Amino acid sequence: MNDPVIVEDIRPLIALLAPWAGMIGIIWAGEKRANLREMFTFIAASVQAAVVLSLVPIILSGAVVEFHIWQIFSHVPMLLRVDGPGLLFACVASVLWIATTLYAVGYMRGLHEHAQTRFYSFFALSLSATMGVAFSANLLTIYFFYEMLSVSTFPLVTHMQDKQARTGGRTYLGYLLFTSLCLLLPALSWCYVWLDGGNMTMDFMADVGKVGHFGETTQIVLLFLFTFGFAKAGLMPAHSWLPGAMVAPTPVSALLHAVAVVKVGVFCVYRVYADVFGPEVLAKMGGEEWAMVIASATIIISSLIALSQDNLKRRLAFSTIGQLGYIVLGAAIATDRGQGGAVLHIAMHACGKITLFFCAGAIFVASGKKYVSELRGIGRKMPLTMGAFMIGSLSVIGLPPLGGFISKWYLALGALDRDAMWVVVVLLISSLLNVFYLLPVAVTAFFRTPETEKDSSLKEAPWPCVVPLLLTAFGCFLLFFWSDTLLQMVGLQP
Amino acid sequence: MSDSIVWIVLFPLFGAVACALGGAMSKKICYPVSVLSMLATVWVSVDTLFQAIESPVHEVSYILGGWSLDLFPRGVGIEFRADLLGALIALVVTGVGLIVALYSKVPVQRETPGKEPMYYGLFLLQISGLAGIALTGDAFNLYVLIEVAALTGYGLIALGTNRAAAATFNYIILGTIGASFYLLGVGYLYLKTGTLNMVGIREVIEAHGLFDSPAMQVAFVLVLLGILIKMAFFPFHAWLPNAYCHAPTTTSCLLAPLVTKVMIYVMIRMVLTVFGVEFSFESTWWTEFLPWLVVVAIVCAAVMALAQREIKRMLAYLIVAEVGYMVGGVWIYNYYGLIGSVFHIISDACMTLCLFLGAGIILEKCKTTHFNGLRGLFAKMPLTMIGFFIGGFSIIGLPPTCGFFSKWYLITGGMVSERWEYMITLMFSTMVMVVLFFRLIERIHLAVDESGNNLGKGHGDLGLTKQQTRFDEAPLSMLIPLLLAASVVLLVGVYNQEVVNQIEVFLQPFNLPTGVKYE
Repeated sequence: MNDPVIVEDIRPLIALLAPWAGMIGIIWAGEKRANLREMFTFIAASVQAAVVLSLVPIILSGAVVEFHIWQIFSHVPMLLRVDGPGLLFACVASVLWIATTLYAVGYMRGLHEHAQTRFYSFFALSLSATMGVAFSANLLTIYFFYEMLSVSTFPLVTHMQDKQARTGGRTYLGYLLFTSLCLLLPALSWCYVWLDGGNMTMDFMADVGKVGHFGETTQIVLLFLFTFGFAKAGLMPAHSWLPGAMVAPTPVSALLHAVAVVKVGVFCVYRVYADVFGPEVLAKMGGEEWAMVIASATIIISSLIALSQDNLKRRLAFSTIGQLGYIVLGAAIATDRGQGGAVLHIAMHACGKITLFFCAGAIFVASGKKYVSELRGIGRKMPLTMGAFMIGSLSVIGLPPLGGFISKWYLALGALDRDAMWVVVVLLISSLLNVFYLLPVAVTAFFRTPETEKDSSLKEAPWPCVVPLLLTAFGCFLLFFWSDTLLQMVGLQP
Repeated sequence: MSDSIVWIVLFPLFGAVACALGGAMSKKICYPVSVLSMLATVWVSVDTLFQAIESPVHEVSYILGGWSLDLFPRGVGIEFRADLLGALIALVVTGVGLIVALYSKVPVQRETPGKEPMYYGLFLLQISGLAGIALTGDAFNLYVLIEVAALTGYGLIALGTNRAAAATFNYIILGTIGASFYLLGVGYLYLKTGTLNMVGIREVIEAHGLFDSPAMQVAFVLVLLGILIKMAFFPFHAWLPNAYCHAPTTTSCLLAPLVTKVMIYVMIRMVLTVFGVEFSFESTWWTEFLPWLVVVAIVCAAVMALAQREIKRMLAYLIVAEVGYMVGGVWIYNYYGLIGSVFHIISDACMTLCLFLGAGIILEKCKTTHFNGLRGLFAKMPLTMIGFFIGGFSIIGLPPTCGFFSKWYLITGGMVSERWEYMITLMFSTMVMVVLFFRLIERIHLAVDESGNNLGKGHGDLGLTKQQTRFDEAPLSMLIPLLLAASVVLLVGVYNQEVVNQIEVFLQPFNLPTGVKYE
């Protein structure tokens, strides 16, 4: 790849700081001025999305945007850089934040939740950290924002403040901080000290493949430390935090545990595979075969577990783990189309899965139901919600004309590029399993008759809940038809 | 001022006298006098640090009493010498002193009413002694200053609650044993080398090749043993938890961040400047076994911290564990480990200060620091809690607090020397710190008691009355120092490179191993 033009611009920093400014407004407005407070969230989200989207033309023209914050070490800058994959991820997260905010207003008010100021504040904070990860230009910068995200989501996961929240919160932090402090930190330190005479920056553009200087065993150990160190990627066996984190309110599960947090994990893994090791080193070392096997095992096993879950949010959580496996798999395939497909899948799965979570939350707000078996006939009362659920399901399964198809297509092409037929088989089996655990939900809702008729008062959730899920369902179509632009961003199309 | 190095010790000394004498007339002057003298002290220590940075040899020297080095060889007269390390530590000592002096207004009035002149006198003498330890260039003078700091420390602790007297007695015994060991060691040094000047001792050792001399070996063991007892290294830690728990709030805020850290500084000073790298690391066995003792120390201290149900006791055991970090950083014997140790002295002082100031406010407002009394504190004192937890995150080592960077260098050091046992212990204790602090957050934030029963009515109801969760922040004279300390924790983290550069300049002449590199 020839060196792209570098544009100095402050906009990445603005995208990072907008949520902080929003947070100050949110706290200032407080519980007493709820409308004003929600307006601040909207403003922060819109400013962030606008800034991020305004960067798209620059990136499409083949340049990258950089902003230097400060020097972490004398040779390592805290550097923000916007490139195609990062921008794609940032766009998805920031645009969906607007939708989630609207949804959160409906959800939190519909359930009369407590401590909404705290909720919106930390929500904003986690979005700032997410932007930071998307725009990081080297490993240390990404690590900083990664840790910031772990800590800032803890109050959201434990929002209910009861015993269940305590268990979920403990699992959450236990997994995330153990892996990042005990696996990731030594691996980072190892790279920074031993390479380039202790002057390594681990830049994602300049230092690709420098880890190739290590011995083969070291490389493989490093690969595994990084892969499991970023436990937000939910790769088995470091996945249990995600179902545990489902105790959080649904907007959190929707945006953070289907889009922002988990995608930060896989995005970091993608960065490691594509921009730290680089396809050439990966292809030479042989450790990536193992990564592919682990990712495939994660996909199949989590889909099987999802089949047996009756709690709708848990079922979706295991589905998410499987879909994250796709992205890790694509990154590990180490071909252009495989890695491009992985980045695309971040966007495609985000749009589909957030729809599903929105629907699960809307059902809970409207009826208080959490289990799949309780949903019989609910589709007749809530046709919009369940229709959107259907569209989301189909997108996650990967049928055209929905976004999920494009990314799966490129993942399969990537696998074929390196003659890994078995990967295609894994993709097929898993798509089949997706059908088995997702479609019965919609089918139960539409075609099974309810056991009792006492739910006759049941109707759609309040409009702030319904509108976002319709928008994201519509987004699944849009992503399919706009896939040209997306392909261009990840460098699969000129 | 060219002689600002001496004023670092003299300002608090004069302040102490002023407090003790002037306080007899009016107790009200004690607080302003000590804050003012601390302000002056900080100013001269900043001045000294910049002098040291700008000087071509990177040190500032002052010969007390005019015993000039041209007329007399090293060995006669006392030299105050601030190289970059000494100047940095002196700045840390005086900076912490200033913040605690600001903070002291409310707790001193409440806990030791009527004894302010005495209290502030001891307080300033303590700082004078600790700053002197960082600056002196004379091994015997160091002993004197250690005793100044220790004796005033006994007094400051004994002013606490009724069990403080017993804790102080314990401390006196162990402290005296430690100081005696040190003094004995210095005796051997003087007999063998004929000088007490630190640099002079090393010059003699290197000129005469005393590396295998039994007398020097004995001196080394005695000196180091004395220092290890004084710094509460694990088997010798018994004096510390009780002393810091039962001491008055201001005392524990001053002693906890400084005393153990200054003794680590003394160890580094002895190892690098007095005995020299070759003697300490190459001709003794300490590098072989001390890291293993460090492992035991960190693990035991961390486990004991886990067992505590009171914030101040928990913090006290944390200090013991952190002492293990720094001792380990020195004895894994490499460049990065030593950077880590020195930087950890600075950052640990900042974050321990932050935590003890926070604990002091909690004690002031809630009358207890037991875990059971913490529920709902975020609502009651949000700013205090933010300050406290910035300190906590720094202890865990989350970026961008300064604790992350010191841990980074320590881990790197362990890796470069291939001391995996030390590295894994660091990881282990990091995880223990995560448990310790997030358990506190849980206790404050969740409506669940320790055995997991739900309290309150759900939906964030903490089972407390409106009165108990009403916004009720600490007085500004306590809150501002805490927030100051918290921002120092963040700033030292963000601008860690400015500090580390100075440490690197200091360490450069010692030619420590940096490990083999892949180019």
